[in-house]
Amino acid sequence: MYPPNFDYVAPTSLDEALAALAGAENTKVLSGGMSLIPLMKMRFVRPTTVVDISRIPGLDDVTDDGDHITIGAMVRHATTASHPLVQEHASALAEAANGTADLLVRNRGTTCGSLALNAVAADQPGAALALNATMHAASVRGTREIAAADFFLDAMTSALAPDEILTKITIPKGGVSTYRKLGRRGGSSDYPIAAAAVWVDVSDGSVSDARIALNGVSSTPYLAVGSAEALVGSDGSADAIASAASHATDGVNVLEDLYATVAFRTHLAGVYVRRALEDVLA
Amino acid sequence: MEVSITVNGAKHSSEVEPRLLLVHYLREVLGLTGTHVGCDTGYCGACTVIVDGIPIKSCSMLTVQADGCEVRTVEGVANGPELHPVQEGFWECHGLQCGFCTPGMIMSSVALLERNANPSETEIRQGIEGNLCRCTGYHNIVKSVQYAGAKMRGEDPKGASSEVAS
Amino acid sequence: MTSTSVMGGIVRRKEDPSLIQGKGAYVDDVKRTGELAAVFVRSPFAAATITSIDIEAAKAAPGVHAVYTADDVRHLGPNPAQVAVGTLRPLLADGAVKHVGEAVAMVVAENRYLAQDAADLVFVDYEPGEVVVDLKDAFADKVKVHGDASNILLTWHGHGWWEGVIDLPDPSPGIQEAKERDDTVTVSLEMVNQRLLPTAIEPRAVLADWNSGYGSVELWSSSQIPHAVAGAVGVTFGIPSNKVRVVAPEVGGGFGVKLNVYPDEILVCFASKELGRPVRWTETRREAGFASTQGRGWVGTATITGTADGKILGYELEAICDMGAYSHNFTVAVPLLGLFIAGGQYNFPTSYALHCVVTNTQTTDAYRGAGRPEAAYYLERIVDHFAREIGMDPADVRKANYWKPEDFPVQTAIGLTMDSGDYEKNLDALLDRVGYEDLKAKRDAARAEGRLLGLGLSTYVEVCGFGPSALAGLGFSWGAYGLPTAFNGSGVVRVQPDGTCTVTIGTGPSGQGHETTWAQIVSDGLGIAMDNIEVHHGDSVDLPMGIGTFGSRSIAVDGTATFEATARVRKKAAIIAGHLLEAAPEDIQFADGRAHVAGSPDRAVEWGQIAESAYQPHTLPEGVEGGLESSVVFSPPNATWPFGSHMALVEVDPETGDVDLLEYWATDDCGNVINPMIVDGQLHGGIAQGIAQALYEEAIYDDMGNLLTSSMANYTLPVSTSLPLFSLDRTVTPTDVNPLGVKGVGEAGTIGSAQTIVNAVVDAVAHLGVRHIDMPLRPKRVWQAIQDAKE
Repeated sequence: MYPPNFDYVAPTSLDEALAALAGAENTKVLSGGMSLIPLMKMRFVRPTTVVDISRIPGLDDVTDDGDHITIGAMVRHATTASHPLVQEHASALAEAANGTADLLVRNRGTTCGSLALNAVAADQPGAALALNATMHAASVRGTREIAAADFFLDAMTSALAPDEILTKITIPKGGVSTYRKLGRRGGSSDYPIAAAAVWVDVSDGSVSDARIALNGVSSTPYLAVGSAEALVGSDGSADAIASAASHATDGVNVLEDLYATVAFRTHLAGVYVRRALEDVLA
Repeated sequence: MEVSITVNGAKHSSEVEPRLLLVHYLREVLGLTGTHVGCDTGYCGACTVIVDGIPIKSCSMLTVQADGCEVRTVEGVANGPELHPVQEGFWECHGLQCGFCTPGMIMSSVALLERNANPSETEIRQGIEGNLCRCTGYHNIVKSVQYAGAKMRGEDPKGASSEVAS
Repeated sequence: MTSTSVMGGIVRRKEDPSLIQGKGAYVDDVKRTGELAAVFVRSPFAAATITSIDIEAAKAAPGVHAVYTADDVRHLGPNPAQVAVGTLRPLLADGAVKHVGEAVAMVVAENRYLAQDAADLVFVDYEPGEVVVDLKDAFADKVKVHGDASNILLTWHGHGWWEGVIDLPDPSPGIQEAKERDDTVTVSLEMVNQRLLPTAIEPRAVLADWNSGYGSVELWSSSQIPHAVAGAVGVTFGIPSNKVRVVAPEVGGGFGVKLNVYPDEILVCFASKELGRPVRWTETRREAGFASTQGRGWVGTATITGTADGKILGYELEAICDMGAYSHNFTVAVPLLGLFIAGGQYNFPTSYALHCVVTNTQTTDAYRGAGRPEAAYYLERIVDHFAREIGMDPADVRKANYWKPEDFPVQTAIGLTMDSGDYEKNLDALLDRVGYEDLKAKRDAARAEGRLLGLGLSTYVEVCGFGPSALAGLGFSWGAYGLPTAFNGSGVVRVQPDGTCTVTIGTGPSGQGHETTWAQIVSDGLGIAMDNIEVHHGDSVDLPMGIGTFGSRSIAVDGTATFEATARVRKKAAIIAGHLLEAAPEDIQFADGRAHVAGSPDRAVEWGQIAESAYQPHTLPEGVEGGLESSVVFSPPNATWPFGSHMALVEVDPETGDVDLLEYWATDDCGNVINPMIVDGQLHGGIAQGIAQALYEEAIYDDMGNLLTSSMANYTLPVSTSLPLFSLDRTVTPTDVNPLGVKGVGEAGTIGSAQTIVNAVVDAVAHLGVRHIDMPLRPKRVWQAIQDAKE
């Protein structure tokens, strides 16, 4: 497994990186490289230019910005998993990071890289949806903000343009969240066969707001709107949770693969929505 | 491209293609063949080395990404003729059979014990989750890390892994 | 450590200081000046005619030295194999391909990156043909893999499998009679024993260096059988065996996948000869699914007929066994190895029919256990099922049908002879240790709370330690490997002039610790310290013949050869020491690096003094020749028959079907033990691979013959968090087929474990109506089985 040749640039400023992306065809942004490098080794991806953003200062911070937290483009899964700010305000994302691949991969792979790639078996996109994260994209054309709900288009396809870098994500504070999954080897490690990320806001004993996202279930992660609707306004009881879980795959084209039939995956989606909600509403 | 990388304390400057993987740089440019290649896709961990204090899979890192970094490989773990406690643990507890995964397993274990001096069995298993072993069923590897941890804490290592070979 | 009495003791491994410091030299670590790298172009089709191959662009690519196709290597013949059944593999696909990934062209360039660049520029036109992957479809013979030839290569029958040597009556009429009795129950299950990728962590690697001056070749290969590879290279190129040197240096795991002669081993020799440079090829992991053999792959129906008191009157197994597209080293012999333990540890009539069938998939061959895990799986699953159907405890049903200690030697259901066994004692040792009754109570209490706990038991007997040599001649010929057909063991023990010792053996380790265990044998025999004994292996020029490491045979066969050679060296050394000490040779004893006169420890000479005399023949007593070494070729009178009992406790998540393996116990009997630490390590790894088959691993092909699990992302090997610690114990029932009383332990763990897990999971969900679930027991299968049982 030997990658084909390519030009490599490692800019030390965002502007340089954006210029490099704008100035060449068939470029790829390299952050942690845990997906891109294996894909290049298998020659499934053959960029002519690789833009390594790891030497740009300031992209590897997790910061508290008042009503939201910010996770920079070069923040690794290991940091996302263990950072107190993420654990406090975006525990679904911390848990997703902690269950991604293995420690060695988590030491290199980045949260933003995983979101930008939007692989079917990624853990991060569902958490980003449930947490209502905002994606901050930059290019020589300027910057723009993309809501998580508008970001994940299809398998391996996000709303990013080829010349854009996902420079950071921001996650609003408030509510409680969690991420639960069944992995390929069983248990909660490895790629998800099905996973649920849930976020709820509870006030005065009733669920005032909720977002429920699933990943690994369809070709792209999605918000289970019907599940959230069933929950909001309820008392978060077992019945309300069961009702929410029953809508986990409404209107969704559920995937079949080596690890699950449509029926099993549909069932799992409900089970994991229920288990995740039981966690946050306990 | 010109890179400058410190490996096991020695600084190396080399001209490399951007596509050269770090593991191939170590093995074929520097001749450090202790770091192995067992898969293509970053699963097996036989290529694990420590870069700037963090264990990573060197088959999924470009040499140019390591420019300016400090790399530790299995060849740099022992203190001269004196084995590292992790190496000693693997020897004492039969933590290796064919030995192919061992250098990567040792690097992950060294890094684990550097950040957690007294890991539980579960923490040990999580710490080496990215390193596949086909020979041992991981049983004696867990024991080896327990032995090494005890030794590094100044405790009796034989007590820490008393179930070995039972 | 003391220099004597090391047999049976825990001794740290001699090989480890090198391996833990990254100094172990595996093939890819061996460098030759001026070497080139090869990469293969592989077929994307499982069945196709090759209409054209355009290599011009590749030949013109930077750094390329050659691009070879079948036209260049056809004159060398097909890939050598000992099997005279089925179609041999062409070195490079010759006009047609029969499985995805079959090598079509070989590119040789300055390095692997450039070779891969050029390989991308080889353009092959294919005319796709009809593909057959499903085993039952292949057995139906509608779509044929090789022209007009039947897909069914042969059928191994339990009786008459060895025509003219063992003639047994067909047990089927008797079993049929039992079925028709009013007081019998017949139970049957169709079960899949799925395909596996052996997956040694070191991929296969080869490096050839042809010397045109000597007309000789050196080949480094990650192989379990360097002598066979050397012979095959010699036969292929028409050069004598003393012009071929094959070295298997450190081998990073074998498990059967390196128990073959592969086209790449021949082709790098060819390229090196043509180009005058050393040529290397190292398999990539994805390529391993195409370039290395696979294991298992049976679909079969097991049937038991017995009475309500647990007495089994007949066992039948009919299975279709997947050979893949081509025949390699042991391909059709793997089911035969299963047949060898057809009736297992039980005294009941057994009828076997194993159909060896080709498909458009990569070849199968030995994988840890090779036929025996499959046989043990079918037998122990159906025995368990029978016990459940008649409402008896599975341990009691097994005991009711065991061969008893007084029955030995036993003639097995297919006419082989088992020399020793004590199965009930072994099972009782396990049941006592685990607290069987308490465990069952714990399981039942959990079940009453709605938790799905399951307890699984399997016992097994296996056959290993091959010989006897007569078996090697069973329809096969090792002539293609330039070797006489035999199951020999080789051992050379040589005392050096300085009194240290060199041992050379005909099998080499791929993790089994031969250097340590063999040094223990020699140290024990000669009283020379472990540190003063070096064990050499894996180099074909060191010995005229070495059969290699497979079938858990090393210790029983080559270990015995070394033991005998040690005894002969000791005998001669006693003569020399007696001469030096003016004592009778029979009064000489060896310990602590010296020889002394019995009863007078001070009347002693060091091994160095004995050796010095041995290499100064004029100092020796009259009639004694110079030198101090012995070379023994040992041919065992029989195979060996280890056995054991395994148990697992699992919990199934009723909602997701997720299986949690809580505890695993095993009590095995491999006869005498030389190094308990190493023996336990072999069991740990073997058990892990059986658990892996039960829960995680499966080589999956689609209908077009694409291997969907060629990456470790979807060929889910167990990781450190997948497995528990194992609890081991042993009984010791020595064999008398070798003087060490050892049987072999490399495969036992695997043979005992997969069905232990499946029995446990089925036990956990049996009260819901589930009777069987095919491996691997992924959540989707377990969940589906529970759903199906509800309906």
